Formats: sequence, structure tokens, C-alpha cells
Amino acid sequence: MDTTFSAEDLAFRDEVRAFLTEAYDDDLKARLADKATYKEAQIEWQRRVNAKGWAAPGWPAEYGGCSWSATQSFIYENERSAAGAPDMLPFGLKMVAPVIYTFGNDEQKQRFLPRILNSDDWWCQGYSEPGAGSDLASLKTRAEVDGDDYIVNGAKIWTSYAQYADWIFCLVRTDSSGKKQDGISFLLIDMKTPGIKVNPIIGIDNRHTLNEVEFNNVRVPKANLIGEQDKGWTYAKALLAHERTAIAGVAASKKELAEIREIAGRELSGGIALSSDPLFQKNLTDIEIELMALEYTELRVLAKAASGAHPGPESSLLKIKGTEIQQALQKLRLDVAGHYAGIQTEEAVGNEYADKARVDYMYGRAATVYGGSNEVQKNIIAKFVLGLK
Amino acid sequence: MNFDYTEEQNMLKDSVARFVQDQYDFEARCKVAALEEGYSADNWKTFAELGWLSIPFAEEHGGFGGNVVDTMLLMEELGKGLVLEPFLATVVLFGGLLSRGAADQQQYIGSVIEGSLQGAFAYAERQSRFNLNDVATQAIANGDGYRLNGEKIVVLNGAVADKLIVSARTSGSQLDSAGISLFLVDANAKGVARQGYRMMDGQKVANILLQDVEVTSADLVGELDQGLALMQSVISEATVAVGAEAVGIMDKLQATTVEYTKTREQFGVAIGSFQALQHRMVEMFMACEQTRSLLYRAACSQSADQAQADRDVLALKVMVGRAGKLVGDEAFQLHGGIGMTDELDVGHYVKRLMMINTLFGDADFSQQRFAELAG
Repeated sequence: MDTTFSAEDLAFRDEVRAFLTEAYDDDLKARLADKATYKEAQIEWQRRVNAKGWAAPGWPAEYGGCSWSATQSFIYENERSAAGAPDMLPFGLKMVAPVIYTFGNDEQKQRFLPRILNSDDWWCQGYSEPGAGSDLASLKTRAEVDGDDYIVNGAKIWTSYAQYADWIFCLVRTDSSGKKQDGISFLLIDMKTPGIKVNPIIGIDNRHTLNEVEFNNVRVPKANLIGEQDKGWTYAKALLAHERTAIAGVAASKKELAEIREIAGRELSGGIALSSDPLFQKNLTDIEIELMALEYTELRVLAKAASGAHPGPESSLLKIKGTEIQQALQKLRLDVAGHYAGIQTEEAVGNEYADKARVDYMYGRAATVYGGSNEVQKNIIAKFVLGLK
Repeated sequence: MNFDYTEEQNMLKDSVARFVQDQYDFEARCKVAALEEGYSADNWKTFAELGWLSIPFAEEHGGFGGNVVDTMLLMEELGKGLVLEPFLATVVLFGGLLSRGAADQQQYIGSVIEGSLQGAFAYAERQSRFNLNDVATQAIANGDGYRLNGEKIVVLNGAVADKLIVSARTSGSQLDSAGISLFLVDANAKGVARQGYRMMDGQKVANILLQDVEVTSADLVGELDQGLALMQSVISEATVAVGAEAVGIMDKLQATTVEYTKTREQFGVAIGSFQALQHRMVEMFMACEQTRSLLYRAACSQSADQAQADRDVLALKVMVGRAGKLVGDEAFQLHGGIGMTDELDVGHYVKRLMMINTLFGDADFSQQRFAELAG
């Protein structure tokens, strides 16, 4: 049992730091923070990372992965978060790509994977429907065969960033005669196809991230079907474990905790730094200790994955604890903001961190719902880890 | 980075697990608890023969030269069996202090390893709660030696120990960090009066009254006035050890509870099929895994820088207290009425977890120190 960094690990850390210093510059930072330039800046950021060869460390090496050790992945995530640099958007790299390289055909791999790496296509996820949330397999969006195409009808909802997307990966129903998990297929759909309509949904954070995506007689070539027709549920399930592991966000929470501690050192209450208030300290260290534990839980999962095992039901634990910690941190930042806790303005009103407090807190309520609600994750652990029927 | 055990470590783990399985079932454990000494001399002899008592000691002292992970493995397995034999008191605490002592004192390590010497570390006092620096016991210079006066309480293994290591103030005032010294004291020396009693987890402890007990300067363990750092260092090791014991206990409680709900039927079905109960057991599972992660973290950071290592050990102790309470409470709740009985082992595991919480500083105390170290 050993978690010390080797000389090679330390050299790698230096290389990551040097890269971040150069590639994540002030100009890019400013453009990422501005709504008007966000999309282009996010794409450019991924291209800079891809030019370094680090856009998709977890992919198999033959498709552009890095073959990093668990320690290297850990170092990269920590350095990136500490520098404040954003993660790559997960929809292409972490969600659809593993399905394409695991279950797709050669033509699909060649067509889509390089474009995903370089962020040439912006992807979004078409899973949830107005009538299918936690019970995802009850989805009703239909795809009917018509010659060499499918004709898709129905609606997807809670689709993050659909307004920017070039492509959507969808679960669609191709057969409704048997069990609801059977008869689902995995389709890749070009968002420019006639019949697709994106309806914005303004969130409780007062922002536009979520959408409803309508499909009215949308014609999709059969060449865009992944694997076999009616077998999509199996593919999607394999992907969900990747998604949950990605949601834990340990490195980002570490950065957030350090930032809150730093802010609380500047905020005064009764003339004394809030950071020395015993109740604040209790609240902060409650979270910190859980986070220190989760960091090692994640390392244990990473170390297991590095020895060849796929993420299994333990990724549900990462998702539950990771999102609980995120929400606790959001609450703490809001508490620290005091009077400024609700500010909703882009004008300078005397506090530079509170707008984030409101936005993160409100949008953050989704974390225990998306990726399979935390209650669904508990069902998974109960069934597959504890063997409860 | 890896979380694997070496082949040797796996053998050790298997060997302890086999002992617990074959010779320390709940019935056997109850018999041991009923013994006057609070442990079985035969079992202690077995521990010596299997080499377990030598594990943390350096090879130059006749030990196995093991590291923190070796002790961790052993303690986790002992925890699963609620083993009462005083490995923590004699080997980890008393032995750990001997290892840090002078050559004359290190010569006793051989007797510890062969199982012929029982030891105890007497540091807590009535007023001290968990503050190691709060020492009212006085050691007054007296010719070539010192004269000790004071009282130590809840001394683990204190009732049967042959030798004690006692903290006493050689200078400064009661709460000063400097001015504390440690002395090796024969438990049968003139002026030592022991009152042995039981804790609810079955272990035998003692209050020890020291009245004009005479020791020589050769009995000083470590440097004069510098005892606090020694105490902190050995208690830090012991905290990781009881953290491992707690993880063993929590896993056992979690597994026992899950099994019980698979067989216990109400309303015509196994109660483990109810979602409300399943989610409670998932909380138990997560509490166990998170505590194990902090155990590994503390074990791995023992070689890292001191401040980080201290925080990791304190985080572990906080989690052991809080997650241990959750797991214990849920085990009771899910067992229902039968969980209330003394004849079921569940209550005994929970009581040991509760005693581990108060040992070396409970969750609140540890969290406060953790927060202070954060700056």
C-alpha cells in the first residue's frame, strides 16, 4: 500500500503545471466567463488540451487515450482544478465516445472519435423524456424503419447545452412488444436535421442551460445506429457508470473548499474573521473530512480501474457522496455571502463571489437528480453490492 | 499508487482471520471476557508464538520490523472478532514508548515479544479529558531520581500490567506543553495502588494512585520535560490502529445486519426487501467505505510531512466516531427487538465502537484539533 509520488510522477506534475500556465491564459479565462463568448472559448480550450494529447486520458490508447496510471489521472485532475481550468465537457468525451469505441463499427469510430477529441462537434445527451426520468427505460420517443432510415418522433428533456449542440445521442424505442428494457436503440442524430426543434428552459439559477428537444418526423440514416437495433439499453447502462464516476467531482470540490476557506478568512463577523467562528469551522470541516475520505475512495476505484476492472456499482457511491459534498459546499458559500446571498446582477455591487454562490446553489440542486437520482444509486448499491432483492 | 497488500501482509491477514474464525467465536469471546485478567493467557501465548507481538518492533530489537500497514491489518482482523487481548495497550502503546526509550528500556521489548511482560501507558487524569498536555501528576526531583505523586484513570490493561509508563510533570504548570516527562514504573513498586474495573466493552482497566513512588533517572523514557511529543507520536500510531479495529467492527456490523434482513420475515417477506431499510443499509455501507478510505489515507501519509499526517489521523478519528455511531445505531434499528439483547453479538460490537470513540479524544475533540491545524 503506497500513495507516494515517484520521481516520474513529480516530473509529470511539473509538465502539467507548465502546460496549464501556458494554455489556460488570462484571455481565455475572460472569454470563458463571458456568456457571449463561452461556447467558442470552451471549444478552443479543448483544442489546446487536445493539441497536447490530453483531451481524453481515459480512452484506449489506439483512439487517442493517454494510458495514464491512476496516479497520473489523479495528478492531472488536481492540477487542473487547482488552476481553476474547466473540465472538458463530458457529453462527447466521457459519455458518447466510450459507447462508440466499445460498441460502434469502424466507420463510426473513424467518423466521430477524432472530431470528438478536437471538439469539432458539440454533443448533447438525449436520454430523459417528459415521462421518463428515473425510470429511464420507460422512454417513448419512437424510431420507425423507413428504407435505409429511421423516422424519429417524440421529445427529450433536461438536455444540457442542446442550444449549442451539433449532435445528440439518443435512446429511442424501436420495439414496444416486450420488456421495456428490450426494444431500445442507441442513435446518433445530427441536430441540423429537419424536424428538430430546441425549446429553451430557463432554470432556477435564472440561466439557460436546459432544453426540451422535439423530434417531428426526423429522418436518421441507419448508419447512425450504434451496435444492434433493440440492444441500446445494454450500451447505455455500460456508459452510465462512466457518467457517475465523472460526476463525483472530487478535485473541483477540493478547489471550492479551499476558495470558501479563503473567502471566510476575509469576511468579518463582529470584527472577527468568519473562518475562526466555531460553527463555521464545524460546517466546513464536516465537509472537508467527507471529501478527504471520498478522495481516497476515488483513488481506490481508480487503482482498481487501472488494473483493468470496469467501474462497477462502487461508482454509485462516488456519485452519491460526491454530489452531497457539492451541495453542502454550495450551501456554505451561500452562507458565507451573508446579505449578498441572493444577488442577481452583473453590475458591481460590492461582492465578487456571491453571484456564483447563487448560481451554483440553485443549479447544484440538479446534481442529486441527474445521472440517475441518488435514490436510484442507492437501489443499485442495495441490489448489486449488498445483494438485497 | 496502489492499495494492495504484499504477499507477506496477506499471509498475516489470513493468519489473524483464521484465529478469529477458529478460536474466537462469540461464545469463546464471552468466556475470555469473564476471566479476572480481562484476557486469556493462553491466547496471548498463541499471539507470541505466531509472531504477532513482534510486528511493530524493529529488527534490531528482535522485532518483525513491520510498518503501520502491518499493524493496521492485524487490528482490523482483531476488530472483527472483538478480541480482548491487550495488543493495543501492551504492544502499540507501552511497546511503542519503549521503542522510543533508552537502551536499558528497550531491553524489555524482548519480554513483550515473547509474551511474558504486560504493559500499560498511564496518561489520562480526572481533570484532563482528552488533553495530553493537562498533567497534574508531579515528579519531584529526589536525589538521583524522582518521587511521583498523582492519579491516573481508565488505564488500559492497567490492572494486570507488570510495568507502567506514567506521564508526570517535571516542570511548568498543569497545562504547559513543556515540562512533561515519562517514567517507567514497576506496577508493584511501593506506593502504587491500583483499582481495577471493567468498561462496557469488556476490557479491564484501572485507576492508579501514585503516592511517593520512587523512580531513578534511568527510568526516564525519552528526554526530560519533552514527553509530550513522544506521547503524541505514539498515540497517533495507536489512533490509526484503533481506526483499523473500528473499520473491522463496522464492516462486521454492516454484513451481519444485511444478512439478518435477508432472513428476518415480516408482513410475509424478508424485511431486506423494503426500500426504506435498503437505503439505510446503503448508508451503513457508504459509512464503512468512507471510513476505510480515511484509514488508508492515514496509513499512507505516515511517511509524509507531519502536519498532513496529523490532519489525516484526526480526520480518521472524527470519521470513526461519527460513521461508527451511524453504523451502530442502524445495526440496532434494523435488528429490532433482538438487537436489544445481551445474547446477540451486535450490542457488544457497538459498545466497543463507542469505547473507541472516546479513546484518545472523541469525534468533537478531534474535529476541533483538525480545524485548528487547518490554520
